[in-house]
Amino acid sequence: MMAAATLGSWPGGFAWAFARDFRLAWRSPGETVLVIAFFVLVASLFPLGVGADMRLLERIGPGVIWVCALLAAFLSLPTMFSSDYGDGSLEQMALSSHPMVGWVSGKIAAHWIMTGLPLTVLSPLLALQYGLEADTLLVLAAALAIGTPVLSLLGAACSALTLGARGGGMLLALLALPLFVPILIFGAGAAEAQAAGLSPSPHLSLLGAALIVAGMGLPSAVSLAIRIALD
Amino acid sequence: MNWFYLSSPSTFYRFAGWLTPWFFALAALLTAAGLYYGFIVAPTDAQQGEVYRVIFIHVPAAWMSMFLYFVMAAYAAASLTFNTRLAAMMARAVAPTGALFTFVALWTGAFWGRPTWGTYWAWDARMTSELVLLFLYFGFIALANAFDDPRRGDRAAALLALIGLVNLPIIYFSVHWWNTLHQGSTVKLTGTSMHVAMLTAMLLMVFAFWMYAIGAALTRVRSIILERERRTRWVRAL
Repeated sequence: MMAAATLGSWPGGFAWAFARDFRLAWRSPGETVLVIAFFVLVASLFPLGVGADMRLLERIGPGVIWVCALLAAFLSLPTMFSSDYGDGSLEQMALSSHPMVGWVSGKIAAHWIMTGLPLTVLSPLLALQYGLEADTLLVLAAALAIGTPVLSLLGAACSALTLGARGGGMLLALLALPLFVPILIFGAGAAEAQAAGLSPSPHLSLLGAALIVAGMGLPSAVSLAIRIALD
Repeated sequence: MNWFYLSSPSTFYRFAGWLTPWFFALAALLTAAGLYYGFIVAPTDAQQGEVYRVIFIHVPAAWMSMFLYFVMAAYAAASLTFNTRLAAMMARAVAPTGALFTFVALWTGAFWGRPTWGTYWAWDARMTSELVLLFLYFGFIALANAFDDPRRGDRAAALLALIGLVNLPIIYFSVHWWNTLHQGSTVKLTGTSMHVAMLTAMLLMVFAFWMYAIGAALTRVRSIILERERRTRWVRAL
């Protein structure tokens, strides 16, 4: 036990950072609630804008919900590393004996639990507002469950790259949103394929492949970005 | 020959200054020849009429827009691995030219699309991925200039270019499966279904754009070197 604590390890760092960020979010749940409120609000604005024609809403539903999820996930990105960067705790974590990739993954996982997971859980409710069928609704939730972790991973890389940059929020949007394009296409495509009577599994498989590649590659990219920021 | 001889900004500044006029001269010559072939020698297309001639600008610009992203990412990788200043400056210098060619490809494509497809813009796979490429260029340029410390901007933007490089084929294939209206490639490595004069004109324009890109990047890197090294003795002695 002592040896593990002094040497540091990937799982140790992961568990520590995950527990820390989760506890911080649990103690001030305002931010998570805001993300969810934003998601629901924007998704409810679309019918007001395009009209309450149920056939039209059913047609655009999956896409709209995906775009809203994407924007909601993006909203919480700027604070992912910046508060820790601002008060110096990021530097202390970088100095800890745990490998950086571990605790970075822990922070990303905590971010997903606080944004992606609530959005996934809420999405069937919004899909009902758009009049989607029950099976489409399940596929949409499944696609969100696989796709939102990729958004958190990609977003973490962009968030770490913009640490200490001028024009933070808009710059982050410019960096992150183009990278989100494939996830949006596959994610919304899964539900649309299901609604059109096709199998959604190719889209879901591609999302899964994206998740595996992103999960393997991006934590090290985020670590490198943090090292660049701390130099 | 010592390969690191040119990696010193002061040496490269003089070297680039000596090379730049040659590349611009080559670009002008090739453009003149390419436009002559494209507008006078090449025959009128049987289906599209004269409108097709925009490809002599459109296709080379689209090719260069993607090629320059790879060049930029290669410089970015070199700057991250060897921690060289000049490679990062080159990556910065290539980016605006790449963005320019991306924009030209989109713009000329819109003007070709109006008479041919009947619309300025369609959410076609290649157009969409070209648009995303434009945003990737903008992101790179914005991130590189977002820091007070230029070296910090160099390294952050270099990492972004590499993430974008991995993502670019994924974006391309995702939009390709999503929607496609664009005609397939006419020029393939295994041969082409194109008239010889058309192909000649297009290849001349590709090389013209290439030479222009090198000339423009070298001019820009000279300014960046001067700006970065303004406090050094050799710049003051200029």
